[in-house]
Amino acid sequence: MSIFVIAYYSLLLIASCLAAFYNQRSAFLLVFSLTLVSFIVGIIGGADALKFIAAIAAAIALAAMVSYAFREFVIIIVSNEMAKELRTAPLTAAFGMFVIFTYAIAGIFAPWIAPFGEAEVIASAFAPADENMLLGADQLGRDMFSRLIYGTRNSVGLALTATLLAFFVGAFLGLLAATKGGFLDNFLGRVADVIMSIPSLIFALLMLSIFGPSMPVIIIAVSIIYAPRVFRLTRAVAGDVVVMDYIEAAKLRGEGTWYLIRREILPNSTAPLVAEFGLEFCFVFLLVAGLSFLGLGIQPPTADWGSMVRENATLISFGEITPLIPAAAIALLTVGVNFVVDWMLHRSSGLKE
Amino acid sequence: MGDILGLVAKRLGLGLVILLVISVIIFFMVELLPGDIAEAVLGQGATEENVRNLREQMGLNDPALVRYFDWLKGAVMLDFGRSIVTQETVMSVIGERFRNTLFLATYAAVIAVPFAITLGVVVALLRNSIFDRVANVLTLTSISSPEFFLGYILILFFSVKWGMFPAIASLSDGMSFWELLERTFLPALTLVLVVTAHMMRMTRAAIINLLASPYIEMARLKGVPPWRVIVRHALPNAWAPIINVIALNLAYLITGVVLVEVVFVYPGIGQALVDAVSKRDFPVVQACCLIFAATFILLNLAADVGAILTNPRLRHPK
Repeated sequence: MSIFVIAYYSLLLIASCLAAFYNQRSAFLLVFSLTLVSFIVGIIGGADALKFIAAIAAAIALAAMVSYAFREFVIIIVSNEMAKELRTAPLTAAFGMFVIFTYAIAGIFAPWIAPFGEAEVIASAFAPADENMLLGADQLGRDMFSRLIYGTRNSVGLALTATLLAFFVGAFLGLLAATKGGFLDNFLGRVADVIMSIPSLIFALLMLSIFGPSMPVIIIAVSIIYAPRVFRLTRAVAGDVVVMDYIEAAKLRGEGTWYLIRREILPNSTAPLVAEFGLEFCFVFLLVAGLSFLGLGIQPPTADWGSMVRENATLISFGEITPLIPAAAIALLTVGVNFVVDWMLHRSSGLKE
Repeated sequence: MGDILGLVAKRLGLGLVILLVISVIIFFMVELLPGDIAEAVLGQGATEENVRNLREQMGLNDPALVRYFDWLKGAVMLDFGRSIVTQETVMSVIGERFRNTLFLATYAAVIAVPFAITLGVVVALLRNSIFDRVANVLTLTSISSPEFFLGYILILFFSVKWGMFPAIASLSDGMSFWELLERTFLPALTLVLVVTAHMMRMTRAAIINLLASPYIEMARLKGVPPWRVIVRHALPNAWAPIINVIALNLAYLITGVVLVEVVFVYPGIGQALVDAVSKRDFPVVQACCLIFAATFILLNLAADVGAILTNPRLRHPK
């Protein structure tokens, strides 16, 4: 038995003893089940498997520490009222905010952060990592790390633009349908039904096959696919607001439709809409990533995470993980946004369960 | 019984109408091409004569409406015309592949459904415990990962590092059933991971919603033992949401299958669709889209019909 294994189990045992002593039931259950799982995994996989578990635990602990520090940091910077809200944010939400913040920085300052240009060939194909290149080179000898940084700008930027377009179109039509009612409401509702009954990826592929894969086509196609979802939600939320007395009062005052939407309905339905924007962004981001993985997204040489995975996939059969890093970047951002949305939904609904 | 049939028939009719509208969209979207299909396929270097020949061959000289009805008539009899690229009939390209895709989806569903529903119910009963939190984070991560990410991770570990399963799910004739199951294990597992996460979350939400209803509280208050509350009071009412969850997630499988097939080079209809899209082989694209949309609508329909059958309140609308 190596020192590592002994240290591993004694750490777990000490942690469970401490948890039991201080009556921390959930912590004890977690540590205890981890110990049991480690016994089984350790017998099957040996010390390597235990090292793997330890590495994951360390990564989680690191993420928790970073999120905690980030939350405290933000609380210090922002105004008092915001700080009060933030104090109630769970660590997962803080982690999500930290991820979004990091991606924003990477995207905005890409040319200053990346050591090389996104289409610059600097080495031979699939050259391994050295002191020049953090992650090695891709299939054409371009620096993976620089392409990853530039990819933030392109992939996230594209998804964000498409989401914004889908959101504005959907929300506007939803508000209009809720205020106008009647034929327009019915008609838009049916159109949304039809679009939503085609699987999104299939619909996107159909449109791309016809109009060819280019940036504007992708943005418009994706927003056509996702606008009905926003429309449904906005229509439902605004439908509840429209029947309120203050809307009636505003109508009697003789206010126009545009005023009603802008000054009365919109301010009273922001919370669910903002949360929906986050969720919508995740769906759009995954769809766009899927499209570019299929070779139908942003066209080369522009760096883009989905196509980077596809281009370097052969490396995986040699046991390399570099092609998975862009895919992990996609997953990380989506998880982060989901965490933040979870917290916002929880807060706005005011429900414990 | 009569009004159930009426409701179901009404829902089926609605599904049929939506399918018809979608066929119109799929067909006439191609008409939006600048010029026409013949010019788009042959590209700019095509001579006038080539374009004319292709137009003749595809029957593009008829008005669009006539061609739509011809196409629709063919589609009902599963005849989608000929591929522009290979000149084979579309059915010979995708017929076999569609069966493969159905096999993969069924394989994944058979594993995922019982697994996910059980886990979802367990997590709902243990809500707010540490297991619930861990399950929440894990399922969220699985949902947020693109399918190809999960697929490649499984390839990296199960086939490259440990050599347990083949990384490429190629099929050949005369494979035994077990061999088939082994070859397609990794793609099926990828789908299982994604769908299980979705299903668990939806089941959990549905069960928690159910447990919050007044009659469950009543049963608890009058002293019914916990297992009996679940078996006698909660479960009969849980079928409706659970059936709904299953059908919706099977529908979700259809989109997921496209990416997974490409990752594992599995000869299914999703890959045929992606190939056809990049080659601009419109008859194949149209046929694939129609098949996918029809399956999707069918499963959504099944969800609604299941809900009608298991929920008496929907049978007697106020």
